Amino acid sequence: MPKYMLSVFGPTERQKYGPYPSREDMLQAFEDTGVFNDKLVAEGYFVFADGLEAATTATVVDGQGDQPVLTDGPYLEAKEHIGGFWIIEAPDLDVALRLAAEGSKACRGKVEVRPFQGEESIKALLAE
Amino acid sequence: MTVSEAITRAHRSEWARVVATLTRRFGDLDTAEDAAAEAFATAVETWPRDGVPPNPGAWLTTTATRKAIDRLRRESRRESKHLEADLLSGPAEPLGAVDDDRLRLIFTCCHPALSPEARIALTLRMVGGLTVPEIARAFLVQEAAMGQRITRAKAKIKAAHVPYSVPTASDLPARLDTVLTVLFLVFNEGYLATGASTDPVRSDLTAEAIRLTRLVLSLVPDDGEVIGLLALMLLTDARRPARVSATGELVPLDEQDRGAWDRSLIDEGHALVRSRLAAVAAGGPPPGRYQLLAAINAVHTDAREARDTDWSQVVALYDRLVRVDPSPVVALNRAVAVAEVDGPDVALALLDRLPLDGYHAFHATRAELLRRLGRSSEARLAYDEAIALAGNTAESAYLTRRRSQLAQPGAS
Repeated sequence: MPKYMLSVFGPTERQKYGPYPSREDMLQAFEDTGVFNDKLVAEGYFVFADGLEAATTATVVDGQGDQPVLTDGPYLEAKEHIGGFWIIEAPDLDVALRLAAEGSKACRGKVEVRPFQGEESIKALLAE
Repeated sequence: MTVSEAITRAHRSEWARVVATLTRRFGDLDTAEDAAAEAFATAVETWPRDGVPPNPGAWLTTTATRKAIDRLRRESRRESKHLEADLLSGPAEPLGAVDDDRLRLIFTCCHPALSPEARIALTLRMVGGLTVPEIARAFLVQEAAMGQRITRAKAKIKAAHVPYSVPTASDLPARLDTVLTVLFLVFNEGYLATGASTDPVRSDLTAEAIRLTRLVLSLVPDDGEVIGLLALMLLTDARRPARVSATGELVPLDEQDRGAWDRSLIDEGHALVRSRLAAVAAGGPPPGRYQLLAAINAVHTDAREARDTDWSQVVALYDRLVRVDPSPVVALNRAVAVAEVDGPDVALALLDRLPLDGYHAFHATRAELLRRLGRSSEARLAYDEAIALAGNTAESAYLTRRRSQLAQPGAS
């Protein structure tokens, strides 16, 4: 079955309660997201899900040379970065989009839906 | 009927069916499109020699299927393709009695995960059978760029697993609305074509939009909005013969030669509007935007002379449309009708609050209202704005003449 990554984006500079305006909002979003995660598991869509530390805690590693080169910060400079993600299995994009809409409501953020590379497209790559 | 006429006719009536059937069978738009194109090329080669087959549609589907299988053998990816085809030809989606691959094809091409531009291009290519150069010309885009737009859309459909299916009942109204939007955009681009070097009215595009809307209606026969959109297109297209003057100027509705309007299109459009009025009166769902727009157009096409137009009826219909679609463009069109009932000063006051500074019709409407109020110098500025923004050659020509007829500064 096709797999999709559902990414949630948030401001690079996080406030006291992350992207949420207040502690109450944050707790409510956590609770709603928990309910959504349980639903993904119960209905068989769930593969993995988690939140990430702020993008400012990231380190970029380039290991292509003799010595690895380390750079502080995220790979791309941007005002918004990925803050968490789900990986789901769904029969088609319509189902993935419907789940993404529910997840977006639960976590109070926009969600990017991106398909994983399937067996078919890897075969096509190798066939060229 | 000559052989070349038979091929043209088969292309019009069978292209979408061949592509749709093959897409389900092989689970891949690319394969289906290429095989359909090859089948039609074969018809062009062999029909003049062997004669037109008794059932052209079946011949084309069989030929295209053979071409697709040949191609997959050549690519020796047969196994995985067939597996995919089996998966995709699974249980049919329930939608009453309607089960047509063409409907699946239309919903896939108009999927909301694709950009609006890609939906239009893909629909014209896969459902309408227009070639990439034709679509590129229609939208003033370089052929290579248009080809890439279509290729990218097909790749997304494949990689993201956009389902080849009719949406579920709960999604259907919204998804059907996306399809109707695509068809309406194609029609509008035909009816008020943009671009300095195109014809001001592109009957090829209006005709294609009407044909595809008829197809959707045949597949979803009970939907009021599909009927409304078809009626709207017919009543608008009926006025096409009177829309551009011999000197290439757009002719406004009140100055058109109503004897030149196409009566048979008007009759068909009126009959559709009446059927919707009866359905709504019988307790059906309230009319959506296309039905209301069709009704507004029916009021216009019902009037023998421009002065017979029932403007208060038009305003009443716009009042309902504003509740369905509170966009500033609808408010602008409502103001045009209000001007006829309550006078240009009332209409002008309505216009002043609309955030439509970048829209040519906003300035053109302001210009006309200011002219009627005798405010020539303000009208001139509004005409300037409208002409600068107008993308249609006949409209520019009309506006330029109207501007030149304004009272000269200091003369009044």
